[in-house]
Amino acid sequence: MPADGGIGASTRRREDVRFLTGQGRYTDDINIHNQAHVFFLRSDMAHGRINGIDISAAEKMPGVLKVFTAADFAEVGGIPCGWQVTDRFGEPMQEPKHPVLAEGFVRHVGEPIAAVVADTLQQARDAAEAIEVDIEALPAVVDMAAALEDGAQKVHEDLKSNLCYDWGFVEENRDAVDEAIRKAPHVTTLELVNQRLVANPVEPRVAIGVHDRADDEYTLYTTSQNPHVIRLLMGAFVLGIPEHKLRVVSPDVGGGFGTKIFHYQEEAFCTFAAKVVNRPVKWRASRSEAFMSDAQGRDHVTKIELALDEEGHFLAIRTSTLANMGAYLSTFAPSVPTWLHGTLMAGNYRTPLIYVNVRAVFTNTVPVDAYRGAGRPEATFQLERVIDKAARELGIDPVEIRRRNFITEFPYETPVALTYDTGDYHATMDKLMELADRDGFEARAAESKKRGRLRGFGVNCYIEACGIAPSNLVGQLGARAGLYESATVRVNATGSVTVMTGSHSHGQGHETAFPQVIASMIGIDPSQVEIVHGDTARVPMGMGTYGSRSLAVGGSAMVRAAEKVIDKARKIAAHLLEASAEDIELKEGRFTVKGTDKSVAWGDVTLAAYVPHNYPLEDLEPGLEETAFYDPANFTYPAGAYACEVEVDPETGKVTVERFAAVDDFGTIVNPMIVDGQVHGGLGQGIGQALLEGCVYDDEGQLLTASYMDYAMPRADDLPFYSVDHSCATPCTHNPLGVKGCGEAGCIGSPPTIVNAVVDALQRAGHDVTHIDMPLTPSRVWAAMQG
Amino acid sequence: MYEVIITRPRTLAEAIDLLGSDESQPLAGGQTLIPTMKQRLAAPETLVSLSGVKELAGITRGDGEITIGATATHAEVARELADSYPALAALAGNIGDPAVRNRGTIGGSLANNDPAADYPAGALGGNATIITNDREIPADQFFGGMFTTALLEGEIITAVKFPLPDAAAYAKFDQPASRFALAGVFVARFGDVVRVAVTGASEEGVFRWEAAEQALSGDFSAAALDGMKPDAVGMIGDLHGSPEYRAHLVGVMARRAVAVAAG
Repeated sequence: MPADGGIGASTRRREDVRFLTGQGRYTDDINIHNQAHVFFLRSDMAHGRINGIDISAAEKMPGVLKVFTAADFAEVGGIPCGWQVTDRFGEPMQEPKHPVLAEGFVRHVGEPIAAVVADTLQQARDAAEAIEVDIEALPAVVDMAAALEDGAQKVHEDLKSNLCYDWGFVEENRDAVDEAIRKAPHVTTLELVNQRLVANPVEPRVAIGVHDRADDEYTLYTTSQNPHVIRLLMGAFVLGIPEHKLRVVSPDVGGGFGTKIFHYQEEAFCTFAAKVVNRPVKWRASRSEAFMSDAQGRDHVTKIELALDEEGHFLAIRTSTLANMGAYLSTFAPSVPTWLHGTLMAGNYRTPLIYVNVRAVFTNTVPVDAYRGAGRPEATFQLERVIDKAARELGIDPVEIRRRNFITEFPYETPVALTYDTGDYHATMDKLMELADRDGFEARAAESKKRGRLRGFGVNCYIEACGIAPSNLVGQLGARAGLYESATVRVNATGSVTVMTGSHSHGQGHETAFPQVIASMIGIDPSQVEIVHGDTARVPMGMGTYGSRSLAVGGSAMVRAAEKVIDKARKIAAHLLEASAEDIELKEGRFTVKGTDKSVAWGDVTLAAYVPHNYPLEDLEPGLEETAFYDPANFTYPAGAYACEVEVDPETGKVTVERFAAVDDFGTIVNPMIVDGQVHGGLGQGIGQALLEGCVYDDEGQLLTASYMDYAMPRADDLPFYSVDHSCATPCTHNPLGVKGCGEAGCIGSPPTIVNAVVDALQRAGHDVTHIDMPLTPSRVWAAMQG
Repeated sequence: MYEVIITRPRTLAEAIDLLGSDESQPLAGGQTLIPTMKQRLAAPETLVSLSGVKELAGITRGDGEITIGATATHAEVARELADSYPALAALAGNIGDPAVRNRGTIGGSLANNDPAADYPAGALGGNATIITNDREIPADQFFGGMFTTALLEGEIITAVKFPLPDAAAYAKFDQPASRFALAGVFVARFGDVVRVAVTGASEEGVFRWEAAEQALSGDFSAAALDGMKPDAVGMIGDLHGSPEYRAHLVGVMARRAVAVAAG
């Protein structure tokens, strides 16, 4: 560990001092003088026609300022979708309007129908109970396959059907893949469900809208992972507020996991209503509201076929997936089952032919969008499950079949449009076998058996694509946004540095890791560097944090800006040292003339920049502040191999995770401790998906798992101690730090590892079980064992 | 939550008096009632908090029996009975989480009679007597199906009397989300008499599994229950488990409880 706290140091997270001592500044901690409160009346019906809303009694209730319905939003736009997918036939996806408050119909439980703004939340809630809504129930569309049948009830009357799009990738390969599968010596087929999940950040969503009549300026405080994206979407597409009149602030945010990327109705509502009632308007979701209004994740039903030759070499992959969009298109929903899923289907393997078909479906459920991993866990799960099944069918060891198909030469162009720049999958697997002590498994299995438990070993590889890029490519793929990142590096007169980054930290530790990079570049102490984020008035236009992109894209922008700063500072130093800039080197916080003992300290140079008495004013402007926008040339490709051992209690079906080893290649690592924490968190969420979590609607579209009484979150005692390793690093070749991103890996790689291990345990005990759908609850495992 | 008046009587007489009104409701630890009120699913006008009523507090040991005051928290029972009645202490020590255990009370739990709560199994299997302000009710006559008890309007539990068994144990299989019992079995042996009470599984709430009691009264061993399970008809079926699974779990948990008790 470097002594200077720079790149590679496991520096303790400076932000944790405030988080752990109750000093965090979350959106709900913000209270604005004279603020009013909103309570949303939400639909308790999954699908229905609104015949009338009577607000007359509610309007007269104590403290009520105004009761809003869709009629109040007639002049504003719907909540926009940020990604347009083009279908197999070259047609754009079907895109329904997503109103701020329900217009004519309700389409999922939890959809806001009306909103009461009152002096207190209690008054608003009381008045909401006095609203009379006449809704005529319509049949709820819940099952995706049924939704696509001819004559099915439509979620949106004005659309042709419930099909959002029918996407094929790569469409030109379709016939060749069909033929390869027809002719293959062996085809392994697996049908599986990647179940719907609820993101469940600890902090629920909060929004506070403020309107300043004096300047006609708006401020929205919101729990967002990307305040500039919210400003653009809400300002330009919903409310028609020019960006220079709209500030969006996301202070400390208590976890996002994707569900705080998106622009939500409540944000638009509070901003709009603040002007109408001429008071700041605050909303905080209850946990119940979070369950029925935060965009949910996953929800794919897939059939995957893997064609192999007799030796287990992969010949072709064909997949067919139904992807649930819910009732409306959330901000990036269409991209998740397509460009974040289909492009990952090659995994870590040489498969010459791949065809991915995805049909996205509207249902009367809460919208589905990106959740930690977003598309990549779905791709990895089906691929690694079908490989495991194929290995068992062919009698090949599951590790060996993977090794036999590993990509070994880089750069590698996959048949699904990506070019992997680096990786060493054999080295990663070697390390995993050592860390997981596979050789010791049989002895541990025998010991488990003595205790009446069935032990299984599961292995799995994954690759993910992070830092979606470059912008011109993603634009062609349908993104309605750029995917660069920005940073301003402001050097203060005395040499300390303030970095304004477009990345947003909601648990990732940017305030600690980003200064480590600057400290290494300049040779100053990290305590001299401060990170500013989460405020459109303070940082340059940035795209925020999701998809494990912060350090790879945002960090790169910061490095580029810092390079510009250092370049200018070098010129100032050259002037002060009466030398040529080419001869000046920056080391340990001093500019030195190469080969001499002549030097000047960083602080003296920065002071000269702002007190330019002895300064080359004819060649150089005073000041030391630079901005960079970084648009990556390619994705980054973190990859890894995971192994676990589970025990199954044959009497109850309960699965416990006994050992878990994760070997990840994240390229360069800035703060190993933070990376460990990110991996641990991801593994916890992945194990949660594998064993516990599942969002369930009944046939009427009622959410059965609407609280923690029925939605099972992982607790500490559900999780094992982890062995993690990052030593097999192949740095990214195209960003300045060589970093790849680590935020999602754990939850991408762990679900198939667990399921593979449970199937192994059951098969070793003689059960003819080839697959169990997640979550592998005791009741499901027990039922599978009954045959 | 709607507006509510909270009263804090100091004596039992005062509490009973305050409960005389139709719109008042007793509040014990509040671990069920308060969340229900926060969701506006219950709206009593007045809450009569029992936590300050001195007659309801404390645990006393008599000859071959233990009397637990109605407002004894789960944490208190877990702590105080660790040596004298370890099976009941273990049951109490595994209810909910520390916050629940430090607020929730035995009286509140029994009066609520949640079909997946632990205490009803402990009281029924342990042959407890529920003492109210008015009478003593044997556990066999107290529980009347999900959320239903023999308590009358205005009647409150003051204490619960447990005879000390020769052997006892509670085995619980957690519902994965709530960690209430998916199936919980309390087994107690008093001489030749064995009682087996089951919670979490039945649509009728806590019940005695008589076939198991008979099998165990001659042979108090897990083997005596080999292959036994109650009928799946009438068991709860939901997203956490089918009726068949619950019936199977009752058999497994009963054997595990007996193994511990007989061990």
